[in-house]
Amino acid sequence: MSIRTKKSTARATAQLSGLSQEAIVRAYRQMKTIREFEERLHIENATGAIPGFTHLYCGQEAVAVGACEHLTDKDFIISTHRGHGHCIAKGCDVPAMMKEIFGSRDGLNKGKGGSMHIADISKGMLGANGIVGAGQPIAVGAAIACKLRGEGSVALSFTGDGASNQGTVFEAMNMAVVLQVPKVFMFENNGYSEHTGASYGIGCDDIVKRIEGFGIPVFQADGFDFFSIYEAMAKALEVSRKGGGPTAIYCETIRYFGHFEGDPQNYRAKDEVQRYREEEDCLMKFRRRMEKSGEVPLEVLDQVDAEVMALIESSVAAAKQAPRPLPEDLLTNVYNSY
Amino acid sequence: MPRKTFREAINEALHLEMERDETVLIIGEDVSGGAGGTSGQRDAAGGVFGLTKGLLPRFGEHRVIDTPISEAAIIGAANGAALAGYRPVAEIMFSDFVGVCFDQILNQAAKFRYMFGGAKAPLVIRMTVGAGRSAGAQHSQILHGLLASIPGIKVLLPSNAYDAKGLLLQAIRDEDPVIFLEHKMLFNDACEVPDGDYTVPFGEGVLVREGEHVTIVASGQLVKVAVAAADKLAKEGITCDVIDPRTISPLDEELILESVRQTGRLVVVDEAPVRCGFAADVARLAAEKAFSSLRAPVLPVTPPHTPVPFAPELERLYLPDAADVEKAVRAVLAHS
Repeated sequence: MSIRTKKSTARATAQLSGLSQEAIVRAYRQMKTIREFEERLHIENATGAIPGFTHLYCGQEAVAVGACEHLTDKDFIISTHRGHGHCIAKGCDVPAMMKEIFGSRDGLNKGKGGSMHIADISKGMLGANGIVGAGQPIAVGAAIACKLRGEGSVALSFTGDGASNQGTVFEAMNMAVVLQVPKVFMFENNGYSEHTGASYGIGCDDIVKRIEGFGIPVFQADGFDFFSIYEAMAKALEVSRKGGGPTAIYCETIRYFGHFEGDPQNYRAKDEVQRYREEEDCLMKFRRRMEKSGEVPLEVLDQVDAEVMALIESSVAAAKQAPRPLPEDLLTNVYNSY
Repeated sequence: MPRKTFREAINEALHLEMERDETVLIIGEDVSGGAGGTSGQRDAAGGVFGLTKGLLPRFGEHRVIDTPISEAAIIGAANGAALAGYRPVAEIMFSDFVGVCFDQILNQAAKFRYMFGGAKAPLVIRMTVGAGRSAGAQHSQILHGLLASIPGIKVLLPSNAYDAKGLLLQAIRDEDPVIFLEHKMLFNDACEVPDGDYTVPFGEGVLVREGEHVTIVASGQLVKVAVAAADKLAKEGITCDVIDPRTISPLDEELILESVRQTGRLVVVDEAPVRCGFAADVARLAAEKAFSSLRAPVLPVTPPHTPVPFAPELERLYLPDAADVEKAVRAVLAHS
């Protein structure tokens, strides 16, 4: 059984995006940063330098960035166990994230969270979450806060195909509708729920119909195309920011690595990832589109590539040198008082 | 000073704090009630036990949020609102229902501060607890031990209206997730409760009776039981310290240890089975930190290791009573 039936519809076109050059470059930089962050972690993890479990977002960059480029620090997101991309897209500090993943006390979470729990409340990033399906109800609560503040802010949750089968996600969708909160549910189907194809676990074979069954309008997008996600998110926000209640975006994408680093991926056809890298890669598509439309010269993107590589290089070097936690750190931040 | 019931004290605390702090929210099933009903009457329930009555008319449906029957979404939403800067007071109708929202307590609320490097999630989760109403095995449990075993959350178990109001006000102002346990058998109990604002600090137990022969630790509805036993024994010249810890986590260890060091004898009265529970934890405390003072084995007075039964005569048998406490006190005294 093929992991998905739908073929990507996006083609490289000469169509103008309508975005400023600055916005396009920023989006590209974010996507490239996620890509190189993850590719480097893949290498570092293999050396044993990184403690614990690491789940990489490589391949899905267009989704996180396409959605988060619309958001400010006043908007909230909540992520998944595969959270690095969402964190970077929402503006978390990249060197501090790298230190966190290496377990340094200078990490974004003081070395007490690790890859699966990166958060920065000041940026509206309410955490990557190790419990599949736990984030959606939390995002409903953040959306309640947004509604009460009345400033047009929203809460966005990222949900994989695996989490789409969790009861908590159903509860969250229903409650978001009942309370009419400004909440965007992003469903990013990357084809696999851990080691099992998405189509196996989704009983009705159609996440979109299921979301619509809750009374939530769904905007479908191409998960390999930043511009497609960006446009879908604009449509969702047009509803949710203006008091229209919850919305959803559904897209299909692919992860380039295993469920976790070290996963032998026996469930995948041997050439699957290679094919997606060659035919559907979101960064490749982005560059092709720029080549055709001429909105941003490729040399500018080349320059971004170089800057991103330098950032990742310096982040890893700094993380490796960063101070390790002290014994007394064990007992801090359990409660307000200790 | 006016006398108020436990129910009135909690209702008053919620009114006072919502008035004082506009970031305080109420969220739960039927906290107002009536939405979508044929009578058109809102605040039709005010909570299944009437504890949140009157809040919706006073503060409106934006701050008093009736939810679907979705406990995971209720506690999840409270978590999210707390992270986003509000002070939600979520209600779980019966503590037994934590089974369907435990992740949001165990893995989310309790862990945010630690794993996010200092994040603040100041939510309160109110839930009713306890046996005595023939509510059966799924509506009668008291899960203070289970909940207090989780680092990162605080667990309160008031035994009277005065403490209930003061502890709830403190809980809403606290910077950590707090679970506030309301014993169903105490709702109609009244005592003197000041009208205005006051708080009861966490981690400070009270000496309800003072004595010299035996230390009795009891909480929730069993404080009354312990006091009844102590008062009866006092007539024979056997006097007991009766300690109500009021908060299970943090626990006033010093108050218990000071008493045990003087009496050398400890009886722990608790509504949950002793295995891996609060009574066992208090016994552990004495064994660890007052070992040389102990002159008798620590005796738990707790229910058997069974679910809570339905039939009234079985439920009475299940719950510790004053005679059980008296027997335990005599047993520790008999040990030379």
